[in-house]
Amino acid sequence: MFEAEAVREPYARLNEWVRTMPEELRQMKQAEAEALFRRIGITFAVYGEGGDPDRLIPFDMMPRVFEQSEWRKLERGIKQRARALNAFLRDVYGRGEIIRAGRIPARLVYRNEAYEKAVVGIVPPRGVYSHIIGIDLVRTGKDEFFVLEDNCRTPSGVSYMLENREIMMRMFPQLFRNNRIEPVEQYPELLRRTLESVAPTKCDSRPTCVILTPGHYNSAYYEHSFLANLMGVELVEGQDLFVDGEFVYMRTTQGPKRVDVIYRRIDDPFLDPLCFRPDSMLGIPGLMDVYRSGGVSICSAPGAGVADDKAVYTFVPEMIRFYLGEEPMLNNVQTWTLWKDEDYKYVMANLPDLVVKEVHGSGGYGMLVGPKASKEEIETFRKKIEANPSNYIAQPTLSLSTCPTFVEEGVAPRHVDLRPYCLCGDRIELVPGGLTRVALREGSLVVNSSQGGGVKDTWVLSE
Amino acid sequence: MLSRTASNLFWMGRHLERAETAARLLEVGQRITLLPNTAVGYQNEWNSLLQASGNSGLFQQKYSEITQENIEEFTFFDRDNPSSVYSCIEKARESGRIVRTALTSQVWDALNVAYQELRKIDKTPRAKLDTATLTDFTTSHTSTVRGAINATQLRNDGWHFMHTGFGLERADATARLLDVKYFVLLPRIEFVGSGLDTYQWMVILRALSAHRAFHWAYGGDITAARVADFLILNGESPRSLITSLYETVWHLDGLVRRYGENAPATARNQARATLDALQARDIDTIFDEGLHEFLSWFIGEISAVSNLVHQDYLLGGS
Repeated sequence: MFEAEAVREPYARLNEWVRTMPEELRQMKQAEAEALFRRIGITFAVYGEGGDPDRLIPFDMMPRVFEQSEWRKLERGIKQRARALNAFLRDVYGRGEIIRAGRIPARLVYRNEAYEKAVVGIVPPRGVYSHIIGIDLVRTGKDEFFVLEDNCRTPSGVSYMLENREIMMRMFPQLFRNNRIEPVEQYPELLRRTLESVAPTKCDSRPTCVILTPGHYNSAYYEHSFLANLMGVELVEGQDLFVDGEFVYMRTTQGPKRVDVIYRRIDDPFLDPLCFRPDSMLGIPGLMDVYRSGGVSICSAPGAGVADDKAVYTFVPEMIRFYLGEEPMLNNVQTWTLWKDEDYKYVMANLPDLVVKEVHGSGGYGMLVGPKASKEEIETFRKKIEANPSNYIAQPTLSLSTCPTFVEEGVAPRHVDLRPYCLCGDRIELVPGGLTRVALREGSLVVNSSQGGGVKDTWVLSE
Repeated sequence: MLSRTASNLFWMGRHLERAETAARLLEVGQRITLLPNTAVGYQNEWNSLLQASGNSGLFQQKYSEITQENIEEFTFFDRDNPSSVYSCIEKARESGRIVRTALTSQVWDALNVAYQELRKIDKTPRAKLDTATLTDFTTSHTSTVRGAINATQLRNDGWHFMHTGFGLERADATARLLDVKYFVLLPRIEFVGSGLDTYQWMVILRALSAHRAFHWAYGGDITAARVADFLILNGESPRSLITSLYETVWHLDGLVRRYGENAPATARNQARATLDALQARDIDTIFDEGLHEFLSWFIGEISAVSNLVHQDYLLGGS
């Protein structure tokens, strides 16, 4: 928000609002927001860490604001990336041209844990493999955004985007009257249309879509039920579905009902015990056979994870050039891949200045934030890297932009990132907004909710 | 509706009602032990109740002797006892949590509050609790949930499934309570018609919160035939067999109307046949048949209806 001591234009009015809001009112509103979250039941379950299993994610009432022009640029960049990621998936489960062209190493793809041999040669409806792509971005300067990570499987958090907005509108209607803020409420409708648009060829009437959840112990269960409700589709578990002949059915009180599109929120290995992990109880035996023969669509497609791997990530700009013949509009963060000798040497020599991540890690676990780590932590991590270099990548700590945030002492800058949700079906669309996560601890760079991060509403101002 | 959703709603209803039954059993037992009766003391009565609830074996495995404290622990708090108040409320809440989206927030609130309060009570030293507190706790919370259901839930298939659960469980529970009285508490025929006999019937009425209602309905003395008539055949009595079954049939009918000709209706047909058979009896024929024999028949019928509900709707036709 603050640029060379001046308030960035979109924040000007907000700044006024903050300056004039009495402290008691702020505290009252904060308490009200928390009560609303708890009443609606928006909780984030973190199991195995002790403490409250139904914990609230801290909500910061100060919104993050984008101007229309900034947003349009971002939007174009995200759509471009989504097109390239899907083209890549089509390619690597097909002829593998990008590999033959020597633009990406074969072993990175074919030896990747997320690469599913079982789906080679299957082209899903409209050639879309990843239908909901969550791209994590950080801003480092006025017009400078970097992509931190692509999430092509089952990105979560979209319920917070919607609920944060809902609660802000309820608490501060005045703000919405004074600022023209683009709506995000159409997301569930767009999602439903996206799912319907990728119905399998064998589906001859209006497609029946469902959300497949691992169940109510999952940390994102609230989101699963929330989306099912807003889309008006059934929320099913594996045990509710079965395969009979060419199709998948759900068990209903009126007998079997055919299911055409499954928005799955469970991971590949659990989808079908006959094809993947035989010990999994979460999936549906025989699902993959139906999938292969075009009886059902699975969103995102099994195997889509090979595109969002942290090692494959470094090649996304290359994908954009290769498949689309365009220059990337959004940049990657500079990334060192530790299986390369020269990168390895550089990273090991500069550990205290870098962020090192596990290739398959997520949720802020298994990473080293060099500048914040103690000498011992760095040395321990060095040993882990030495043992298995190709399991790690490293990035510089960017001068991440901060966003004004309510803290105990008033308003202070805190680091943020942004995850917009891009939908890919017959069209590629995204709603103007996303989930802004904020590192509530001073100086912290980690915004993950499992690491004590919070969330805030994200505004795109209309012209 | 997903079969799993329907199943959870059905069992939410059954477990809520079952929690209430456990609390009522506790009250029956407690009141009976207040009577300065026989040489054996209260042990005999408590034991009778455990036998009637079908849990006597489990109790003996875990507890060395029959004391008021042990019975309370077992019937109210013990999570190894699947019919304890704690187990039932926990299971009802778990079912509710799974089908959270099929419940109104008021129903979920009521369920959740009941469970949270239960956890608090569980942490209270037992010496500070008495039986009345425990039964009051249970009946007031289950009433709140039931009230929220009736005030806020859509009258759709889910509502019918919850109520089918309530109805079948209640029919079963009243039949078992009656069986406690007639089969277990009075093993020797010479007690029939004695002061002890009357007192026990009164306790049953009280446990069903039907003491006053009985007097309004019948006036006069409490006799075995009148109480049995009230709890079996009186359509005004809210927990009688006939009322519970009638309401179950009404809800199963609702499902049949809703689902149309193509969905199975064997549960509804069976329940109707049982209702017809019940309506064809009067209290004298029931006593002639033998109350215990009649109740065994009825409990068997209810269990058959319950199985058919599963077959018709809860397995999803696969």
